Amino acid sequence: MSVARAFETARAEGRAALIGYLPAGFPDIDGSISAMRTMVESGCDVIEVGLPYTDPVMDGPTIQTAAQQALEGGVRTRDVFRVVEAVAGTGAPTVVMTYWNPVERYGVERFAADLASAGGAGLITPDITPDFGQEWVAAADAHDLDKIFLVAPSSTDERIAMTTAECRGFVYATAVMGVTGARKATSDLAGPLVARARRTTDLPVAVGLGVSNGDQAAEIATIADGVIVGSAFVRTLLDHASDPAAGLAALSELPRDLAGGVRRG
Amino acid sequence: MSFEADGAGFFGSADGQRWGGRFMPEALVAALDELDVAWREAMADPRFVADFDAILREYAGLPSSLYYAERLSEKAGVRILLKREDLNHTGAHKIRNVLGQALLTKRMGKTRVIAETGAGQHGVASATAAAYFGLDCTVYMGAVDTRRQALNVARMNLLGAKVIPVDSGSATLKDAINEALRDWVASVDHTAYLFGTAAGPHPFPSMVRDFCRGIGDEARQQSLDQFGRLPDAVAACVGGGSNAIGLFTAFLDDADVDVYGFEAGGDGVDTDRHAATIHAGESGVLHGARTYVLQDEDGQTVESHSISAGLDYPGVGPQHAHLAQSGRAKYLPVTDAEAMDALALLSRTEGIIPAIESAHAVAGALRIADEVKAAKGPDATILVNLSGRGDKDMETAIDWFHLGETDDQEVRA
Repeated sequence: MSVARAFETARAEGRAALIGYLPAGFPDIDGSISAMRTMVESGCDVIEVGLPYTDPVMDGPTIQTAAQQALEGGVRTRDVFRVVEAVAGTGAPTVVMTYWNPVERYGVERFAADLASAGGAGLITPDITPDFGQEWVAAADAHDLDKIFLVAPSSTDERIAMTTAECRGFVYATAVMGVTGARKATSDLAGPLVARARRTTDLPVAVGLGVSNGDQAAEIATIADGVIVGSAFVRTLLDHASDPAAGLAALSELPRDLAGGVRRG
Repeated sequence: MSFEADGAGFFGSADGQRWGGRFMPEALVAALDELDVAWREAMADPRFVADFDAILREYAGLPSSLYYAERLSEKAGVRILLKREDLNHTGAHKIRNVLGQALLTKRMGKTRVIAETGAGQHGVASATAAAYFGLDCTVYMGAVDTRRQALNVARMNLLGAKVIPVDSGSATLKDAINEALRDWVASVDHTAYLFGTAAGPHPFPSMVRDFCRGIGDEARQQSLDQFGRLPDAVAACVGGGSNAIGLFTAFLDDADVDVYGFEAGGDGVDTDRHAATIHAGESGVLHGARTYVLQDEDGQTVESHSISAGLDYPGVGPQHAHLAQSGRAKYLPVTDAEAMDALALLSRTEGIIPAIESAHAVAGALRIADEVKAAKGPDATILVNLSGRGDKDMETAIDWFHLGETDDQEVRA
């Protein structure tokens, strides 16, 4: 299924889509596949597979810890495609979230080709913008992959228009000025940002950064087409590091809470 | 050849490999655009330029002298001139950059500065500038570096800065930059990031170069005034490359002046423990710029190593990547051992204890002396940027030379 279709389905059901993130290879490769399948079964509409990177400047301590653990476990770029293939096999649209250098190093065109043949739906690129990502834009277009760029509360209207014009699949709106990680309160910056993005595009707009529970998801679901949750999933697995079965059980509860939220919203 | 970046921050020709740019999260683009505009306006404003000059002169002790190191020259077999940035306030060339950026911060109306630091020199300089201008200051420093540069941590604290040790990743300079960027994403409305070297996203490579280019502008004029001629070669150490680009810029259009950068060769470039990014790295994107990066097959950054914390960085400023690729400058690795030998030699022959960073440049000059003399004749002159002083490195020197262990300590030199 495509990302667009997942958003349409959610919209038809009168709710926001739930997008869940985990890094590939955390806690190990098979463990990450099981965890992401669990997330799909328990209500995530789209899965974001993180490509662990040594210098994740947009991530807070939780995701940094997971990514570092995955790298220490020896995860490779090619393993990420294996994870994508396994998760996409569930039918849930699966996108990769990656910092730029691993893509450039792998070869932009080769990365797009291998992502497409693994059944991946597209790429989220947190540390490049379309004006510096034209090589990716061309490769994604050639392989019919979604291009998900970020807009931020600090973005000017001109940059939002430029960015959404280059997006396909959905637009990723960062709810806060900051890095990934659970936060107690939902940001009041998300609403105005989503509204500004919507003035420039018909694409779905999903909000990420700092959403970790059903109440926050419900709040975001009132203003956006999708809710993106990352650190809360990672935190759940980190908290059950010594007992993977309990980790999966706890993981399956979280989307239920969040999915309840996106339906309430 | 043009040595200026284009409007998007790329060095190099449009049809060849382009270096630099701004590969950054969207959240920071508005701040970088704001900085770019403010910097260009400031540099075009005679009052800003005059204020900057006055602060450098009256507060930082500039211009630094150009000194003919006669006894070292005898050993080297060529004339060696030292640009004495070690005499600057706070002990290194870094004060130029931070005073420029902090003056710009005041002009932009921001109240807080953050900085990353490796050796601690940039952190100390930033804390100093913050104290001078009355700005809040937070410095991120790799936990490994806070241990090997404890004296500089104490200096920053005394100057009123908050020092935050960074434990993530390799706990060195690159991780301190990551953490400073994370801070900046969340604080950008009132905070300026005083980037410590001529690397990172546009406009930092060009802006930091311009604040440091007084090194070369002064040295070029001093060379003409004192010796009636330009040097045959100029040399500097290269980590991120701010002191080097600050020296080189004035000489890039002088085709007869050879330009040398010396990278940290660590245990040797045939080992995996070095920081010789241009020599051994490959094109990639790190901290917002396309440049040479020490990286593995998957584009993961590889940990660098150098005895000198200030050179211990797996990337390099993008203009150096361009100068290397275009052939205008030559970059060679200098090992830990060569640098420490040069540190001892300079101490014994001239009574100058250099920073270990700067000792790499001295060692490099000694190495190329024969080559320069062969090409330029018996009167050949190499101008070396002595970018900082060695007080901060005494712990390392004590360990390396076993200083103080016997009464008649003989240092290899």
